[in-house]
Amino acid sequence: MNFDFSEDQKFLAEQARKYLSETCTTAEVRKVLDDESMAFHEGIWKGIAEMGWLGASIPEAYGGLGLGMLEMCVLAEEMGRALAPVPFSSTAYILTEALKLAGSEAQKEALLPKIAEGSVIGALASSEGPGAPDLSKLSTSFANGLVNGTKIPVLDGDIATHAVVLACEGGKPVPVLVDLSAPGVSRKTVKTLDPTRSHAELVFKDVPGERLGETADGAANIATLMDRAAVLLSFEQIGGADRAVEMATDYAKERYAFGRPIGGNQAIKHKLAEGWVKNQVARSNAYYGAWALSTDAVELPEAAAASRLAACEAFWFASKENIQTHGGMGFTWEVDCHLFYRRAKLLAVQLGAPKLWKENLIGALETKNAA
Amino acid sequence: MDFNDTKEEAEFRAEANAFLKSHLKEKTGGRRRESGAEFLARAKAWQKTKAEGGFAQITWPKEVGGRGGTPMQQVIWNQEEGKFDAPTSPFQIGLGMCIPTVVAFGSDEHKKRYVRKALIGEEIWCQLFSEPVAGSDVAGLKTRAVKDGDEWVINGQKVWTTGAQFSDYGILLTRTDTSVPKHKGLTMFIVNMKDPGVEVRPIHQASGGREFNEVYFTDVRIPDSDRLGDVGQGWKVGLVTLMNERLAVGGSPGPDYSEIMELAKELGLMDDAAFREKLADWYVQAQGYKLTKFRTQTALSRGETPGPENSIGKIITANQLQDICNSGIELEDHFGLIMDEDLSPMKAIFQSSFLWAPGLRIAGGTDEILKNIIAERVLGLPQDVRVDKDVPFEQLRVG
Ligand SMILES: Cc1cc2nc3c(=O)[nH]c(=O)nc-3n(C[C@H](O)[C@H](O)[C@H](O)COP(=O)(O)OP(=O)(O)OC[C@H]3O[C@@H](n4cnc5c(N)ncnc54)[C@H](O)[C@@H]3O)c2cc1C
Repeated sequence: MNFDFSEDQKFLAEQARKYLSETCTTAEVRKVLDDESMAFHEGIWKGIAEMGWLGASIPEAYGGLGLGMLEMCVLAEEMGRALAPVPFSSTAYILTEALKLAGSEAQKEALLPKIAEGSVIGALASSEGPGAPDLSKLSTSFANGLVNGTKIPVLDGDIATHAVVLACEGGKPVPVLVDLSAPGVSRKTVKTLDPTRSHAELVFKDVPGERLGETADGAANIATLMDRAAVLLSFEQIGGADRAVEMATDYAKERYAFGRPIGGNQAIKHKLAEGWVKNQVARSNAYYGAWALSTDAVELPEAAAASRLAACEAFWFASKENIQTHGGMGFTWEVDCHLFYRRAKLLAVQLGAPKLWKENLIGALETKNAA
Repeated sequence: MDFNDTKEEAEFRAEANAFLKSHLKEKTGGRRRESGAEFLARAKAWQKTKAEGGFAQITWPKEVGGRGGTPMQQVIWNQEEGKFDAPTSPFQIGLGMCIPTVVAFGSDEHKKRYVRKALIGEEIWCQLFSEPVAGSDVAGLKTRAVKDGDEWVINGQKVWTTGAQFSDYGILLTRTDTSVPKHKGLTMFIVNMKDPGVEVRPIHQASGGREFNEVYFTDVRIPDSDRLGDVGQGWKVGLVTLMNERLAVGGSPGPDYSEIMELAKELGLMDDAAFREKLADWYVQAQGYKLTKFRTQTALSRGETPGPENSIGKIITANQLQDICNSGIELEDHFGLIMDEDLSPMKAIFQSSFLWAPGLRIAGGTDEILKNIIAERVLGLPQDVRVDKDVPFEQLRVG
């Protein structure tokens, strides 16, 4: 058995961590947090494009580095750890994966090289209001090559150049590729819990779109796209969760109360140990997800769901208990704890809240048992 | 055992309700935290009206403006007032914690000068205990008070002082002797918040608002006559304040099981079995807390004093608030991230309370400290090893 990343992949992780710890400090993240007019950090975006990360999983023929999905997982973890305020997931997990999965040759040729260079930004337009969207009843329509409807909230919707819009075509859900510079698209920024990643409402009025995939029923493509994105996203969550536990641990060693470090109290020790355990459970599930992702294994649906669920739980626990461990300090704006608390919530709902993934998981297990 | 009011209680309830109805609007929708100048003016006006009507601090004697009523009447009043849109929060710390301390340790002049003014809402008080170096271990505080003739000179910094920005007075815990163990070198004062040398700076909270404060003291002079309790007895005085705290801080504005039920109905999610199970759990917890309070109130009405078991309140409410907000957001799915009151279901109360809830788990004693109190003082478990016990403060590492 070799259930680990390779030396090269670990080296990539180290490089990425070093680069982000220098360029994507929380001071930089806070620029986006504090400045409402700043939807994302263009400097960091340019930087990671130059590092080649935006094209990491794009084949060389389309201008990418042609690395595998395991390398993407490694990068995702570092992006999550750094709370990078850039549309990386929307672009590299959603748009790139959608194109690789279901895009036509022409679509790939047109967009993948631009994604790799950083000039195309993606978005997933799925949600249409409160509650998990029901793919069998989407109100956004795709007919005669035109998209009509309203999507809210769309992560990175105000800065994206292209969106993967989930729409209903002849009663079936399909992913539709839309160039957001087309007339008929209107966007309005919406305020959310995590201002370091911008969101918008997108309204489509007779906007030209192209269905991604040949088949008229896109449900399977959408499901696979979500699974693939979920694995990558869980690495981001683990990156954040690990850092939150580390922050809390460091603080617990330094902060004195009752004449000794607060970390000397079992209430704090056990809390942090529990965080560590949750992070290991998440990491191991995510490695399995990474394996399924990189090998296109039939186990992907269950691996992705388990990976996502464990990662949601780990980041939630780590981020809230990091605040708690910091006491009053943790509840101030200046201390970084709340950045993780906010990001944990964003990542836990952006591809659908855990409830949906629990359904996915049990559904996958049932299918397997029936076989 | 009987949950019905006695005849006298029912009469009092009707009287209270009629009074409330004639002055306030009934509450609609979820409770949320309020602040700002307009809110403060409204709160002051309501406190005055309440006092004039004889409903402020019902158990306090009539001489100081109370009603001279029973603890049970106070409970009934709180229940009835809770049904209305009553702005009471600016007075909770003053009337709930500071003034009882003044009454217990102050001179007759103090009582004459301060109690009534606080009661009629003319003067607001704050609690100046926590410091950057000392919160859970508040006896480790560093703010110095040095005697100079008939006065004390204060230098240092407090943090998280609720309401300091609009307070007139505060009770201030200081260190007067660094050569003795930490608990023995403390002394309590009344401080005039408008004195030169007192500087209040808002704290930018993780939740985004700025409702709490840092307070800096630079050569502030306090007359020795404004000392509460003896020199070196500040810890004993402070314990009286803190004992009242667990009673004062119990409530937690924000959505509860009934509001998340409303949300689920709005979203058509009431059929979801997993949600129904969670809802049942929240109800049982909330009900357990509410009924536990009834038991405390019954004990109160028999003249018993509230003990360490009251720490239970915030452990339940703060954690439940965080859990309910998190679940409410997840019910809304991706849309749950939206903070805009006009767009978000139920005016974004789940979102704003989600950001506030972590503070509630810390304010007024952290989860961990409250559990220690229950373990040690209710269950009688051995205390933590106290490495700081007999060490002179100046040799102790704090912060
Ligand atoms: C919203 C808000 C309002 C407040 N209002 C006021 C106010 O009006 N006046 C005032 O004086 N103060 C106020 N406070 C301060 C509050 O009382 C302190 O923040 C709190 O007591 C925790 O102290 P700390 O922040 O120093 O954290 P620390 O004491 O440093 O605690 C850090 C962590 O260590 C843990 N810990 C510490 N000791 C132990 C132990 N022995 N065993 C196990 N765990 C331990 C804590 O639980 C916490 O998780 C307020 C705080 C907040 C957040």
